[in-house]
Amino acid sequence: MAYGGSDFGGGVTTSRGHRAIKILLAGGFGVGKTTLVGAVSEIRPLRTEEPLTENSRRVDNTAGIERKTTTTVAMDFGRITLRDDLVLYLFGTPGQERFWFMWDELAIGALGAVVLADTRRLADCFPAIDYFERREIPFIVALNRFDGARRYSNEDVRAALDLEPGLPIVSCDARNRESAKEVLIALVEHVLAQADADEPALPLGTCHGNGRLPGGAGRCRGAPSGAVARQALCFRTAQTALPWPSMGDQPQT
Amino acid sequence: MASDDELWLDAQAGPVVRPYALTQGRTRHSGAAFDLVSTVTATSARVADPAALAPEHVSVLQLARRPTTVVDIASDVDLPLGVVRILLGDLRELGLVAIRAPVPVKARHVDKNTLREVLHGLRGL
Repeated sequence: MAYGGSDFGGGVTTSRGHRAIKILLAGGFGVGKTTLVGAVSEIRPLRTEEPLTENSRRVDNTAGIERKTTTTVAMDFGRITLRDDLVLYLFGTPGQERFWFMWDELAIGALGAVVLADTRRLADCFPAIDYFERREIPFIVALNRFDGARRYSNEDVRAALDLEPGLPIVSCDARNRESAKEVLIALVEHVLAQADADEPALPLGTCHGNGRLPGGAGRCRGAPSGAVARQALCFRTAQTALPWPSMGDQPQT
Repeated sequence: MASDDELWLDAQAGPVVRPYALTQGRTRHSGAAFDLVSTVTATSARVADPAALAPEHVSVLQLARRPTTVVDIASDVDLPLGVVRILLGDLRELGLVAIRAPVPVKARHVDKNTLREVLHGLRGL
């Protein structure tokens, strides 16, 4: 799957002026990526070499996801024809950790990313946020409003996710076309604003909050347990080049 | 009894040939890398040796008569992305398709005019 080359861009121009733009949708397993892609675009099947096996069904964590009946095999792919010569492609980055090797390929040259979050399982989106921060890929956070889930203020979520003040957090219903559309608009507006701002430097080593939702896990120092812990613990210290050190490698000063 | 030339395999029968058998076991395509949304367009070159092409090559070539993307082709021919890449690499080597690589992103962003066009397009959906 991995391949060489580094200068891919989000805008593809053909001799006829046809352009294809990539947007990524990331987030934990069962958070609604497929639903959102399907709500706003023509969803197309795409086979990869990583089919979901019986083995992986046992591994996929579905605790707390009562209505999850379908799963993302490897990636979702939606197509929105904005104009004859301008097509938007939405890729749901595979939620399961064993598919992370595909993220680089999906991310290269993308316009930006939407991190879809479920406030009942906020820790599931830590790896995605860390990933996009480290690679300096513009992103926003969209909270999928699940029926019966407790609502949190955007500022609670911002603190729990240790997001910088200007990073947009939007609420959405991933099933709703208009709502899904608004999420994409918020992302493009954010990318445009970032491009306008001409990349001001971020302060180093800041941790903006206490890392916890009221009654829930947070990113920053409120350590989630399990396999995501290493990624989740990489709270933002600087927008440095890769390779990123693990928590154990970082000076604790 | 079915006659010898009657097609008794259909979509429901599932794949008869393992995907990478189509590629003679190759797992990487030839030539320069291309992105998932690289645009593929058939050239006007004629097929010099039809026997060199598998039916899947021909299917891919037909889809590329109009500009399309790598992922759209993979979806249309219902073959794994990795296999489609290899088939496209073959076709490119034979001069039968042009694969237009994405332009570099300026300062990490898609250029602003394109962003504005995307925004306008989304609002108009």
